[in-house]
Amino acid sequence: MVENRPLLSVISHLILIFGVALIALPIWITFVAATHDEARMLQAPIPMLPGGYFWENFKQTLFGSGLSGTEIAPVWRMLGNSLAMALMISLGKISISLISAFAIVYFKFPFRMGFFWLIFITLMLPVEVRIMPTFQVVANLGMLNSYWGLSIPLIASATATFMFRQVFLTIPDEMLESARIDGASPMRFFWDILIPLSRTNIAALFVILFIYGWNQYLWPLLITTDADMTTIVMSIKQMLEASEQSPQWNIIMMTALLAMIPPIFVVISMQKLFVQGLTETDK
Amino acid sequence: MATIKLDQLTKSYGPDEVLHHISGDINDGEFVVIVGPSGCGKSTLLRMVAGLETVTSGEISIGDKMVNEIEPADRDIAMVFQNYALYPHMSVGENMAYGLKIRKTPKDEITRRVNEAADILEIREYLGRKPRQLSGGQRQRVAMGRAIVRDPKVFLFDEPLSNLDAKLRVQMRLEIRKLQKRLGVTSIYVTHDQVEAMTLGDRLMVLNGGYVEQFDTPIELYERPASIFVAGFIGSPAMNFLTATGGDGLVVLDNGTALATSLKTSGAVIAGIRPEHLIQDPEGVLPVRVEMLEQLGANTLVHGVLDGTDTQIVASVTGIQSLPINDVVRFSPAPDELHLFDAKTEKRLS
Amino acid sequence: MLKRVHFPTSVLPYLLVAPQIIVTLIFFIWPASQAMYQSMLIEDAFGLSTEFVWFENFQILAEDKHYYDTFWRTIIFSVCVAFLSMSVALFLAGFAERVVRGAMTYRTMLIWPYAVAPVLAGALWVFMFNPTLGIFPYLLEFIGYNWNHYLNGHQAMLLVILAAAWKQVAYNFLFYLAAMQSIPKSVIEASAIDGAGPVLRFRTIVLPLVSPTTFFLLVINAVYAFFDTFGIIHAVTQGGPAGATTILVYKVFNDGFVGLDLGGSAAQSVILMILVISMTVIQFRYVEKKVDY
Repeated sequence: MVENRPLLSVISHLILIFGVALIALPIWITFVAATHDEARMLQAPIPMLPGGYFWENFKQTLFGSGLSGTEIAPVWRMLGNSLAMALMISLGKISISLISAFAIVYFKFPFRMGFFWLIFITLMLPVEVRIMPTFQVVANLGMLNSYWGLSIPLIASATATFMFRQVFLTIPDEMLESARIDGASPMRFFWDILIPLSRTNIAALFVILFIYGWNQYLWPLLITTDADMTTIVMSIKQMLEASEQSPQWNIIMMTALLAMIPPIFVVISMQKLFVQGLTETDK
Repeated sequence: MATIKLDQLTKSYGPDEVLHHISGDINDGEFVVIVGPSGCGKSTLLRMVAGLETVTSGEISIGDKMVNEIEPADRDIAMVFQNYALYPHMSVGENMAYGLKIRKTPKDEITRRVNEAADILEIREYLGRKPRQLSGGQRQRVAMGRAIVRDPKVFLFDEPLSNLDAKLRVQMRLEIRKLQKRLGVTSIYVTHDQVEAMTLGDRLMVLNGGYVEQFDTPIELYERPASIFVAGFIGSPAMNFLTATGGDGLVVLDNGTALATSLKTSGAVIAGIRPEHLIQDPEGVLPVRVEMLEQLGANTLVHGVLDGTDTQIVASVTGIQSLPINDVVRFSPAPDELHLFDAKTEKRLS
Repeated sequence: MLKRVHFPTSVLPYLLVAPQIIVTLIFFIWPASQAMYQSMLIEDAFGLSTEFVWFENFQILAEDKHYYDTFWRTIIFSVCVAFLSMSVALFLAGFAERVVRGAMTYRTMLIWPYAVAPVLAGALWVFMFNPTLGIFPYLLEFIGYNWNHYLNGHQAMLLVILAAAWKQVAYNFLFYLAAMQSIPKSVIEASAIDGAGPVLRFRTIVLPLVSPTTFFLLVINAVYAFFDTFGIIHAVTQGGPAGATTILVYKVFNDGFVGLDLGGSAAQSVILMILVISMTVIQFRYVEKKVDY
């Protein structure tokens, strides 16, 4: 730093530690609640230090009947649903955006700009503003209560298409010219040159989109009525409702913990890609 | 091996014609350099031969076959790009093998040819490395290797040395020349550097504003430039140009000096004389007022004006000379080294 | 926009854009135009007949005091969320930028709420503020303050604001830290030589230089508060008590799926679309002129 003021550094660290503690508090309380038994979680004040029931709660939540009094699928099944939805959304978005960006940048064809603007418009139509009619379309197509219904309507992506377009535009023209002289067909060029050159961008986008997909709430809430199709994120709300009759907070918080861990793990373990993905897609 | 024939080639972008009726035949095994200032259309012409730009009108033939509509990959050419265009995610060996792999050449054949090319260019030890681990000169060699491994009928070079430093450029220039002679592949090389052009080319095509000014050997370009543009572009320092009036067996400069010539001319002409053809001579007909000297060791460049006019004159005299500034020194042109051009058309009078 | 050289035209580019275009048409364009059409229909009480009424639904909304209140509530909610999360993020980023060692460790520790789904964030906060069990109501009891967000609308609003802001701090922090780290060190050093202390420097040098980021984040946070906080509200208050935390998106959902007022819900959707479009336009205009330092 510019000047050497030890006191200021100490204060800086203290404030940051306080900030981290404040941000972490809700997660800490969740974790603590997941380590106590049901009886302890009914006495105010609730504990602030972990108890000894973590594995028991973990086993009961993941493999047991879950929360009594609710008619939802077992937690492992919901985790599976969430994983399937998150992967289908993220991989689907990446695939269709990659190929459409490829077409828009590397081909000259009638209506090219028309397609470009059509994709651009999706940016202005988040699912929240077209809830009812989109639901009706999915219902008419018979896609309610299916993985397809959960993912396909969400996989059009203007931001991902723009990002790949930007990436392709920075790849020197000579790559294409050289590949054409080498005799590469368009799809060969796409697989051999473009995909390897966009690898880190794809990975960064995957991190962001995986979290986006995993955390979807309103959409699965609308189109799944079958308990077997419930995602883990959705189940929390149902458990909160059930808690009024049977307040098993240890199980509810363990479920919340299980629902948070995959995306948090992705963010922390791929922090560099995550930051790259965020800054690239939003600018 | 192949000949290349350009016949009345024209290129337009919308209403703008950038290349005008370019014609020329390139012989089998010949090294032709296309040279000209930036924006003259030389890269466009090369890219048309490569098939990377469409032909507006006219014909390109490679080995007697019209190739206007043929894909770049099917023209049997190889190209070395200015920025090398190496695939950054592939190793040197994979870069060189890529074109062969696409053509479904057998594996052992690919290995053999890559190794052979690597040996010629002395890059065998780098085959496993990625392009970013190589220096500029090494990348340049890999780009060359990628071209020769395909054993094409034609090499195309698009300013391949302009990203290298001066010393490396001279060295690579010699290597390209040797390599081309050894392989005997017909080559077209684009550059804006006239020294590179003169040293590399069997013949030079001088382009200016989309027109061919002259297409001839380096010596012929130097000795008999077809236009003022060629005369000024080829040779360093550039030729001196003096306005004059034509006559029978002589031309009269603006300051009244008469210069002898074997030609009979009339009207306004431009007289051109190269700096190295001005000889210091107390009896000389050209009085030059010295303004500045450039001592280069082997020779001295004398910058001045023709006395009594504003016309700039450069003379190159051998050895180290120290002439007093502002004095008048007299020069005479070497016999038969006077070039005359029509003042209006700027073409050579001969 | 386009490469200097491209592949020859064939049917291939159409096949390549087809999946994206088909999904866009079926699930974006068609529903959006349906919303526009439905916004001009009124269904009778039994759902037996519908009538085309032009802009009557919009007229009803304009005269509806509830809708008007919801609109203002959404604005207040968004402003509070954006202000709270951005100021905390700016504050923390300012200190994180200062510390030589550990800035990246703090970053790691601060960014992960981004990964928590809004509905989960809601669940966490509703648990912490549970009137009978929660840790905060328990502590507030000591100073004689009675917390029950199930009954008190202001408390409910405060709770959803806290939960929404908490989740967004991570995002804002990342962008502020990146913006501060991209300020050339020489600028900071020059101002230090000019005699500016750390606080003055932050106010007069750092703050103006990160102002493009502030503007960018303002738009992003507004969009977030408008649309992405549905899960938080659904989990924490369900729009209650007595509509005290119902924001526009929640009302569209509620009127459409719970109240089954198709026309009214569609009209609200159309208004939301107009809002998103204007926010997107602002965002893009800003991106064009973004590079400021």
